[in-house]
Amino acid sequence: MKILRRAALALAVTSLLGAATDASAQQRIKFELWQGLTGDLGERVNDVCKRFNDSQKEFEIVCISQGSYDEAVQNSIAAFRAKKQPTIVQVFDAGTADLMLSGAFYPAKRLMADHGHTVDWDRYIKGVANYYATSKGELYSFPFNSSTALFYWNKDAFAKIGKIEAPKTWEEVETVSRQLKAAGYACPFAFEYDTWQIMEQFSAIHGQPIATKGNGYEGLDAELVFNKTRFVDYVKFLKKGYDEGIFAIKVKETGATIGEAFGAGDCQMTQMSVASHGTIGKIAKPGMNWDVAMLPVFAGTQRVNSLVGGASLWALSGKSKDEYRGAAAFFNFIALPESEEYFSTVTGYIPVTNPGFKAMMDKGFYNAAPFKGREIALAQLTASEPTPVSRGIRLGGFIQIRKETRDALQLIFANRVGVEAGLDQAVERGNTILRRFEKTYAGKQLP
Amino acid sequence: MENRAYFRTVWLGIALVVPQALLVLTFFYWPTGAALFWAFTLEQPWGGGSQFVGFDNFVAIFEDSYYWSSVVRSLIFAVAASLLAMGIALTMALFCDRQLRGYAYYRTALVWPFAVAAPAAAVAFRYVFAPEAGVFSALNQIYPNLWNPAMNGNHAMIMIIIAYAWKYVAYNFIFFLAGLQAIPRALVEAGAIDGAGVLRRMRDIQLPLLTPTFFFLLVINLTDSFVDSFGIIDITTEGGPAKATTLMVYKIYFDGFKGLDYSGAAAQSIVLMLLVIGLTVVQFRYVERKIHYK
Repeated sequence: MKILRRAALALAVTSLLGAATDASAQQRIKFELWQGLTGDLGERVNDVCKRFNDSQKEFEIVCISQGSYDEAVQNSIAAFRAKKQPTIVQVFDAGTADLMLSGAFYPAKRLMADHGHTVDWDRYIKGVANYYATSKGELYSFPFNSSTALFYWNKDAFAKIGKIEAPKTWEEVETVSRQLKAAGYACPFAFEYDTWQIMEQFSAIHGQPIATKGNGYEGLDAELVFNKTRFVDYVKFLKKGYDEGIFAIKVKETGATIGEAFGAGDCQMTQMSVASHGTIGKIAKPGMNWDVAMLPVFAGTQRVNSLVGGASLWALSGKSKDEYRGAAAFFNFIALPESEEYFSTVTGYIPVTNPGFKAMMDKGFYNAAPFKGREIALAQLTASEPTPVSRGIRLGGFIQIRKETRDALQLIFANRVGVEAGLDQAVERGNTILRRFEKTYAGKQLP
Repeated sequence: MENRAYFRTVWLGIALVVPQALLVLTFFYWPTGAALFWAFTLEQPWGGGSQFVGFDNFVAIFEDSYYWSSVVRSLIFAVAASLLAMGIALTMALFCDRQLRGYAYYRTALVWPFAVAAPAAAVAFRYVFAPEAGVFSALNQIYPNLWNPAMNGNHAMIMIIIAYAWKYVAYNFIFFLAGLQAIPRALVEAGAIDGAGVLRRMRDIQLPLLTPTFFFLLVINLTDSFVDSFGIIDITTEGGPAKATTLMVYKIYFDGFKGLDYSGAAAQSIVLMLLVIGLTVVQFRYVERKIHYK
């Protein structure tokens, strides 16, 4: 009996030792990345993680989709409060202000320097990087998946009215819409209430501010001003076309989104993200000829760069040194030109660094379908040096402000309030949200 | 001499209660306590700090006219959806109880909708009611703009009431049918022998005996409609157009989870909680008096 017990003990000890030596030989340092993309795009991010894991032996990144951008932030906050946060989290544009003020992160620049990586921070395309950088231009996070809005147009429909080029001004859009309507097209131009396209891109391209203090970059006491800019003219313009019947609203509640309506050939022009470029390629009616162009401007306007959309990757604070080493290696990996090309190939997103973009241009990546046209997004993002109103929007409670604006637009297009009155109210309610945010972070400064 | 079983020690009783008490504490009192704390502070979402602000959060929501309209909309929704769901369920249960031909099949079929997840049901209803693509698009071709929940707030409200009631018809149906089957057959048969018709027997025998079930369902339906409408709204309308379907619970979700305004959302949940508690108390005090359990 005694012998048996001793034998068992010996067995246990040896197997334990064996396990330990095995582990040290193979154990990689694991760390987590929580992302907000799902479906096809979520899978593509997982592919990026897999490529990183295959590229080296020291670290293993575990990428977990949280369901949506909102949930990635919500879940990270809950986890952070419980000290169970991931090492890296993907945070969308509108979540940037809260995180910057929280101090709950490891700034990108310091992270890379502390772990022996030299990064040329100027490699990032300015129009992309500034959206996530501080007012002084320092990056706290790594730009990752980036997009901007483009103008989509149906070449077949244009051919019917004898046109071969996309409209360059909104005035032309109006004329073409009227011609298309006369030619029997029920929905010449489709739009929706999404403020990212209607308000944010329009304002940036036309050099119009959304809020004071450089759209909020210079301080928490910024105030909304979009009820006093050319954005008002734009809403009036859309309203006029809508009332005339040459512009149509397409949202999921009406039965088809702008993308679906355009892809089905029901609507001939629209504006939406370049990230949808791949989707349209897949859902477009067989044989349909379509293309993308820069978003139009009002005649006589000097074009300014458009705004980036998408998300950046943040390293959260409170993790171990090893995990940060892994995170730094991962950030280094995704900025390689090959990685950028890979991610742009499998998604509609555009590269975020100049070397990455240049390498892809040189290879002729954008010369043929299905990628042809996506380079226009970069041309639009870099149409000018970023100005104080086109580098980005840094407003607290911006999700709620977008919602208030969207609600105002819905009232305006339902004829329940005038354009000016509706936007005035959105600004007033938005400013209340800003003041509440300022009070929540009393005594703190935006970096 | 009565023979009663009872526990000799208090401790055994307490030990048996503890697991349940722990569950209630963890999943009800703790979150409520946290919400109560947040409601009186301004909380930074990432946990960077919070400051006590007294009743400021409550003042802020009570001064917002849109908040009051969300309260009114919640009440309209609660009453309309509950009455619709209970009315249809009661009618169907009464006829199902008569055991008409094939009743076993539609009894099963009627129970199914409750097993459908709210978002799935909502996607179906969004399609059915879509003005340009759904079943109603045919109507709109004949009478343009007759139905457009994407632009008209009243239409959107009707849509979420129907979608929500559809799901609860199934739930109510089960209870009504069980209630009806618990009524002794002899009573109904006696009525029939005395020459009472079908409708007369329903009105004078079955419905009065069903009042306890009716009361129970009324409380459940009203309470649930305040908190369970979220899934339907999020998928069909997202609270729009222009806040027309933003009920209290949806506003809490939006402000708290999407807008990261934890304190404002916490204050709103406290108000919602008090409202639901208040309604339930009123029902028990005034409606229950009219109920005869025997």
